[in-house]
Amino acid sequence: MYKARLFASKHARAYEAMYNASSPIILASLRVLNKIVKGKLDKPITWAEKKTKGFLFDCQMCGNCVLSTTGMTCPMNCPKTLRNGPCGGVRANGNCEVKPEMKCVWVEAWAGSKKMKHNHKIQEIQFAVNNEHKGSSAWIRLANEDVKAK
Amino acid sequence: MVSDESIKINPEYVYHPGNPLPKLEGHVSRGRFERVLKRGEFAVTTELAPPDSADRTEVFHEAAMFDHAVDAINATDGSGANCHMSSVAVCALLAHIGYSPILQISCRDKNRIAIQGDILGAAAMGVCNVLALTGDDVSAGDQPEAKRVFDLDSISLLTTIQKMRDESTLLSGRRLTKAPAMFAGSTINPFVPPVESRVSQMEKKIDAGAQFIQTQYCFDMPMLKDFMAEAVDRGLTERAFILPGVGTLASANTAKWLRSNVPGVHIPDSIIKRLEGAENQKKEGQKICVELMQQVKELEGVSGVHVMAYKQEQYVAEMVKDSGVLGDRKPWAPKNEY
Repeated sequence: MYKARLFASKHARAYEAMYNASSPIILASLRVLNKIVKGKLDKPITWAEKKTKGFLFDCQMCGNCVLSTTGMTCPMNCPKTLRNGPCGGVRANGNCEVKPEMKCVWVEAWAGSKKMKHNHKIQEIQFAVNNEHKGSSAWIRLANEDVKAK
Repeated sequence: MVSDESIKINPEYVYHPGNPLPKLEGHVSRGRFERVLKRGEFAVTTELAPPDSADRTEVFHEAAMFDHAVDAINATDGSGANCHMSSVAVCALLAHIGYSPILQISCRDKNRIAIQGDILGAAAMGVCNVLALTGDDVSAGDQPEAKRVFDLDSISLLTTIQKMRDESTLLSGRRLTKAPAMFAGSTINPFVPPVESRVSQMEKKIDAGAQFIQTQYCFDMPMLKDFMAEAVDRGLTERAFILPGVGTLASANTAKWLRSNVPGVHIPDSIIKRLEGAENQKKEGQKICVELMQQVKELEGVSGVHVMAYKQEQYVAEMVKDSGVLGDRKPWAPKNEY
């Protein structure tokens, strides 16, 4: 939802705190759940992630989530799906070159990141999306990676 | 158009593909453009618009207009999302004669598999410079029904080039028997929102491997001054060669059309007023361009200037000469030095 997305960038600091507090809980419960049901709940979890993040951030389910590094603005809403900053075509009013009625995702991201505690993260280089993960749950992947790391 | 025969190329002087100048210590490429910049000369680059044609003499004819005026020639890659001769082909043709072409790669039309193949192919044909671009959206061109690719973005593309060149592998990790020795650059537009992020954006590009930066059209000197001052402060001009872009406007109407129809072009009202007030608007546009070149050269941290004169390419050499930015230096050109 466009309005919810703009709200997220405006309140990026609060969202960041919420994200930092909630993601370990979500990931921990997913790990426990995974041990019990061994992947049987992957579909409903993916559905829940799609609905929650879809409402809050217009999440496109790229499966490579970087929200916390991009000012709580999902870069996959950029028509060029740029993940490392704006292109050179941003309109003088800060709107998108391709969709004139939409605020440039990176104008939002930059403003959002300014408000965040870990605002240096927007400078981290994000390599292009792994398209194999498209449509899959970033939550489950992160939880599994956590398990492997331990 | 000129015939093939009218372009005299002494076969003895034709570069062997993939084997240009000897590589100097500390250089990544074997190209002349890197040499000029690293010698500390004020460099001039320009843009060649690849023809809507399958005739190579059209490429040679256009390049010859820049002789002795520029150090490197950008070959645009489907600029404005319009189809023209491919930038790889134009660069290969130019490199064969000995010019220093800059291969523009836009992320709009090709995925990572195609782009890595192009980098290898261009390097094999003697192309020494590459410029990573996002690219205008397909909706800007005359085939808006095309599929937009944007598999990589310019920063991922720079990372890719750096990996191929320095680690001699493809993105997959598969080994290359010979790495592409490319001097890598990218672009920045300091004149559009979010303006306050643009120096950071340039820093990110330099972190990703950009060794030179060409900017979008500058018609707003105060904005460029602020941008360059911050870049100098943050030490970025020590890490990359920055070449602000300047352009020539054919008339006040062209300027108005450009700023409302071409994404990312910022032209202040004062420039338009000046053009409107001039007797000969075309001449005035060139005068503005010459003045901008001179002002760019005065800025701290600047390594050269990038002159964009779409459909006015024939005036580039004259404008560069009038500006005096090259001093006594005469950039390489095929005819005299062969």
